[in-house]
Amino acid sequence: MFVREVRERLVRYTLVVCASTSILIVLLIFLFLLREAQPFLRSPGLGALLAAEWKPKSMQQVSFGLLPLITGSLLVTALATAIAIPFGVCGAVYIAEIAGPREREILKPFIELVAAIPSVVLGFFGLVVVAPLVKGTFALPSGLTAITGAILLALMAVPTIITISEDAIRSVPKAYKDASLALGANRVQTIWKVIVPAALSGIIASIMLGMGRVIGETMAVIMVTGNAPKTTLSPISSVRTMTATIAAELGEVPFGSEHYQALFWVGIVLLLATFLLNLVAMRVLKAYRRA
Amino acid sequence: MNRSLTLFPLYALISALTVLGCGPKQQSAAPTPSSEDRSSAITIKGSDTMLHLVTAWADAYMKSHAGATVSVTGGGSGTGIASLLNGTTSICASSRDVNEEEQKLAAQKGLTLHPIVVARDAITIVVNPANPVSELSVEQLKKIYTGAYTTWDQLGGPAEPIVVLSRESSSGTYMFFLEHVLNKEDYSSSAMLLPATSAIIQSVSDSPWAIGYVGLGYAEEAAQKVKILPVKKDAQSPAVMPTEATVASGEYSIARPLLLVTAGEPAGDIKAFIDSCLSPEGQKLVAATGYVTVK
Repeated sequence: MFVREVRERLVRYTLVVCASTSILIVLLIFLFLLREAQPFLRSPGLGALLAAEWKPKSMQQVSFGLLPLITGSLLVTALATAIAIPFGVCGAVYIAEIAGPREREILKPFIELVAAIPSVVLGFFGLVVVAPLVKGTFALPSGLTAITGAILLALMAVPTIITISEDAIRSVPKAYKDASLALGANRVQTIWKVIVPAALSGIIASIMLGMGRVIGETMAVIMVTGNAPKTTLSPISSVRTMTATIAAELGEVPFGSEHYQALFWVGIVLLLATFLLNLVAMRVLKAYRRA
Repeated sequence: MNRSLTLFPLYALISALTVLGCGPKQQSAAPTPSSEDRSSAITIKGSDTMLHLVTAWADAYMKSHAGATVSVTGGGSGTGIASLLNGTTSICASSRDVNEEEQKLAAQKGLTLHPIVVARDAITIVVNPANPVSELSVEQLKKIYTGAYTTWDQLGGPAEPIVVLSRESSSGTYMFFLEHVLNKEDYSSSAMLLPATSAIIQSVSDSPWAIGYVGLGYAEEAAQKVKILPVKKDAQSPAVMPTEATVASGEYSIARPLLLVTAGEPAGDIKAFIDSCLSPEGQKLVAATGYVTVK
């Protein structure tokens, strides 16, 4: 009797620890980031992050303004999301509602395959194929722009959006569809007025998850956005994202220097941004579930 | 079961790991002991520019010295010097001189850094073959990269915008260019920072109005895709093409030494390795990988 109780408790504890590992990891990562970044607070002070320019290696006057990096990340993420939503949602609707079983069997593995392409390969494809296309289409002097990065990132977000949205659409009770058709609505009306709204919470969650992937993606953007650290909201201009900055500069930065600490602040901002994104996603999900 | 009791091990684990994580930083061990290690393992870390040269030297050395192992890693000149100071590498490959700050750090640790010039590299200015501009002075390059010139008609070309391409700020080439061409002025914030030499070659061959800089070896390899521009030291002097002869004689103005740095006078296996790099065979590899010999 006693042995059994101990064993049960042991199993339970083990499971709790396993389930809590991710909380623990996030917490520890955050603590670690703060520990490496905190000497920056004393000198040169947090205000230095508000400067207008990012010039960590300048021999005139170093400057650690995060503004160009934040606008860079926001611009690329917003553009990628705008491109991915129509493809992702329409793709999911088609696969869940319209495609026959054979079509589905062909389409789904290929969509999942896109998600499995290593981002560095996608980046290389972007550099050699997408950048010249963008350059030609918009008659630009160079194809290394925010929109080029956004196109590649949209390609990465679309499989996430399709897979999760399709699940959401399929889990809409069949009675909704039957009722809509019985009331005389046609197929298109049923899909857009009944099924999609009913699955909206799942669709929004899928978009948010797609955005999470986009904002954190590094390798593809570092190769195709040109990485010029200027503050701009023009899609056809070169931008430097937060992830690219960390990846490109951390390797060579003197350990413990101001530049090193500034890069950890970039990391903290990035972590907070994804945290916020997830928080908003969860709120939205909850609100729609209640409605 | 009581809920707070269930969560207790979790809290314990968090606090234990937090304490561990925040504890004093473990310093890395003292400089690598090489005398007691009879298998003679040499580690070389540093400049990405020198990576394929150093790898070629390491291969040749291991072939001629049975039982010797030489491991080579990149990461950048700064990373290499930091590792040398921490004692995690025996030789650092550096594409720039050791700076004062690093000398000071070394002195604090009771080490003296000993740089040896083993090869030279010329930084080559490349443009698209369609670009009619046929030469540039160092002063003009500076104005292009600091953003003072923005269109090619300011340099005798057509009225097209200049697409300025640079290496990432972690590259030794970036710092060398900043010091010796930009004269320590800031790069324009519109200059694109590309992560690799291959990306610069690709973009220059693809955009007719782009300009970039790469090592001589890479530029010669890509000679069909890009045009190498001769460089004038100042407005009066003649334009010089980067070649082995002009770099060795010092006529070509944007060239730099490539160094192997050791902590203290090289001795034993480390000395044997550096000697092999400076030997006629070693210098042959320098020429073969596209750099310029020093002997």
